[in-house]
Amino acid sequence: MAEFHKKIERSTIGFVLAIIGVSSIGGLFEIAPLFTIDDTVEKVADMRVYTPLELAGRNIYIREGCYACHSQMIRTLRDEVERYGPYSLAAESQYDHPMLWGSKRTGPDLARVGGKYSDAWHVAHLVNPRDVVPESNMPRYAFLERKALKVEDLGGHLAAMKAVGVPYDDAMIANAPADAQGQAMPGSLMADQVAARYGDATNIRVFDGQRGVVTEMDALVAYLQILGKLTDAAHRQQQQQAALEAP
Amino acid sequence: MIARLTRHERQNALIILGLVALMGAVLGLAGRSDPLGWHGLLIVVFAAGLALPVLGALDAPEPTEDRESAYYDDPTRLGILLSMGWAVFGLFMGVWVAALLAWPELTFVDSPWASFGRLRPAHTTGVIFGFGGNALIATSFHVLQRTSRARLSGQLLPWFVLLGYNLFCLLAVTGYFMGITQSKEYAEPEWYADLWLVVVWVAYFLIYILTLARRKEPHIYVANWYYMAFILVVAVLHIINNLAVPVSFGQAKAYSAFSGVQDAMTQWWYGHNAVAFFLTAGFLGMMYYYLPKRAGRPIFSYRMSIVSFWGITFMYLWAGSHHLHYTALPHWVQTLGMTFSVMLIVPSWASAGNALLTLNGAWRKVRDDATLRFMMIAAVFYGLSTFEGSFMAIRAVNSLSHYTDWTIGHVHAGALGWVAMITFGSIYYLVPVMWGRERMHSAALVEVHFWLALLGTLVYVFSMWNSGVIQGLMWRTYDESGSLSYSFVDSLVAMHPYYVARALGGLMFLMGALVGCCNIWMTIRGASVSVPQDDRPADRNADRNLVAGE
Repeated sequence: MAEFHKKIERSTIGFVLAIIGVSSIGGLFEIAPLFTIDDTVEKVADMRVYTPLELAGRNIYIREGCYACHSQMIRTLRDEVERYGPYSLAAESQYDHPMLWGSKRTGPDLARVGGKYSDAWHVAHLVNPRDVVPESNMPRYAFLERKALKVEDLGGHLAAMKAVGVPYDDAMIANAPADAQGQAMPGSLMADQVAARYGDATNIRVFDGQRGVVTEMDALVAYLQILGKLTDAAHRQQQQQAALEAP
Repeated sequence: MIARLTRHERQNALIILGLVALMGAVLGLAGRSDPLGWHGLLIVVFAAGLALPVLGALDAPEPTEDRESAYYDDPTRLGILLSMGWAVFGLFMGVWVAALLAWPELTFVDSPWASFGRLRPAHTTGVIFGFGGNALIATSFHVLQRTSRARLSGQLLPWFVLLGYNLFCLLAVTGYFMGITQSKEYAEPEWYADLWLVVVWVAYFLIYILTLARRKEPHIYVANWYYMAFILVVAVLHIINNLAVPVSFGQAKAYSAFSGVQDAMTQWWYGHNAVAFFLTAGFLGMMYYYLPKRAGRPIFSYRMSIVSFWGITFMYLWAGSHHLHYTALPHWVQTLGMTFSVMLIVPSWASAGNALLTLNGAWRKVRDDATLRFMMIAAVFYGLSTFEGSFMAIRAVNSLSHYTDWTIGHVHAGALGWVAMITFGSIYYLVPVMWGRERMHSAALVEVHFWLALLGTLVYVFSMWNSGVIQGLMWRTYDESGSLSYSFVDSLVAMHPYYVARALGGLMFLMGALVGCCNIWMTIRGASVSVPQDDRPADRNADRNLVAGE
């Protein structure tokens, strides 16, 4: 071995090629197949895309680094399923560019936080977490309430998402700014169009409690309220398994 | 520094800086209604700030003819100083975010930039890429020349790499404060910073290849294997993990090419191998040169070096999926990741053992010399944290440790105990050599730094072990009626004392680094006892005892 190696280590190019060759094998065997094996991501018929407002909220979640303390991935462990709900499926994050599975739970998992609390609770919690959870060590995000949401470029965001494979259609891209505003203005003409484009189950509400202006708080709460609600697949699978295990 | 460049090279430097400024101006104009505009401005200011001293010295006397026969150490000197500067910044940010977890109202300003989520990547990037990266560039230039007995290739290229890399770090850290992040851990900077790093990295690789091409030693020394693996694999990881589509040329925001499960796997393939090839391979390169030099003994075993090197290069790339146990990642990938992670103990301990056995016969020096003791403790922590890493990658163990502070403790055993300790040891060896001093200004201050660093690391790691295990157990404890015993908030309350202890441990480590900075400053200011080191490649045989196979 040592004699052979003494030959390799005399050639710079040879050594470089050897490093590239040896180090590539792992990725080729583990990552490449994930793109080609079909059942890596379950086929789910009712999976919907994020609305422009939810996507804007997701980008605020990313911007503020929420992922550093909150995971969005419920593991297949009994205590996690009992605490947070059915374990996460690959299909549920198939439109997440990038994924926000997280690696640390300084706060609880948020994969199924949608619908668990009211909009008002979320707003109060984000303004000052210690008002609703006295022991919390989460930062305050009161400024979100004061900041108007930038909507004019949302069409570009949807187009970029489409370019990486998310099925947004041309109408969604063209109307993204109006849809973002409409989702936070129930009763308006724009709101009806959001429901028409993204489905009747879409949450159309004044998320932050302030009528008239669409803020970053609206967007973030709209995003939090849709977490775990893009598809019912995980709940369906849990019920099927329960039925199988029942005597 | 500029005096060592010819007039022609000074002009070329100005042209390069002009191009960089132009690039910044274009970005700034395109992104004037986006945070990207500020980054365009930052690039212009950075380039202009460097151009001023070059312009001022444009007509200074030319260097002497024999310049080419000496080693080129100016970039290493500046790299050491930048590394220590980033260390203080990164460690300070670390203490701050640690304090915020214990006392969430401890923000000095009620402003978005000062919230935990934006400060935390500034800590990780400041420490890993600012402190660690600059130390790697500085030491690799030094080691490459000494073990090749050849002068660094190019006059401007090393400066381009060092300064260009620091521009990347600046873009990264200032971006987080403004909310520019793509959220991929340890790969947060957006597309334009990523592209810039690719350019810098290609130049870094060129320096390595071209310098090795003119080496006067037939064999490439072990340290260079590791530095080369660091440069090559980090390039591949960086490019693939950062593939993304920007919203527009005038916007910082981009959307990752991958989604969901594929993105998670790509991210942790990157993330774990950033640990392997940035924080391990590069620093092993450091260890394989500076530890035997300081101990005055050749590396214990050439064969162990070979086993360790190829084992690490092959196996680490399979291990990333252990970050995704029990998730929606297919089970077979999790199992492969676990298996390779456990096997990794062999090449890891081969290097840790090789380092410690090299010290056989030099233990008296370890006792008396804090610089060598830094390196010894680093090897011990390397052995400990690689063992812990393999252990935590086992699926059943991971079910308890994942998502908890145990992971944070593990990372810091590696980052403080291994990476920072080997760096401080190497810097304490290098500073007197680089500035032509007989020794560091104060050996006592090196001792103070050593004990602060060791104590700080132990306090940090033990508090995180405790909090992590308690947290993991509380999340899965059931009462007699079969329901979960603790709410999430119960577990958070239980963490408080450990969060306080952790902040104190970090503070000690930061104080140690500050002591180190003072000592380095006094050493540089002190009187030169010998001719400033520009030792000649041809008449040095001091490194011969390091040559492979002997």
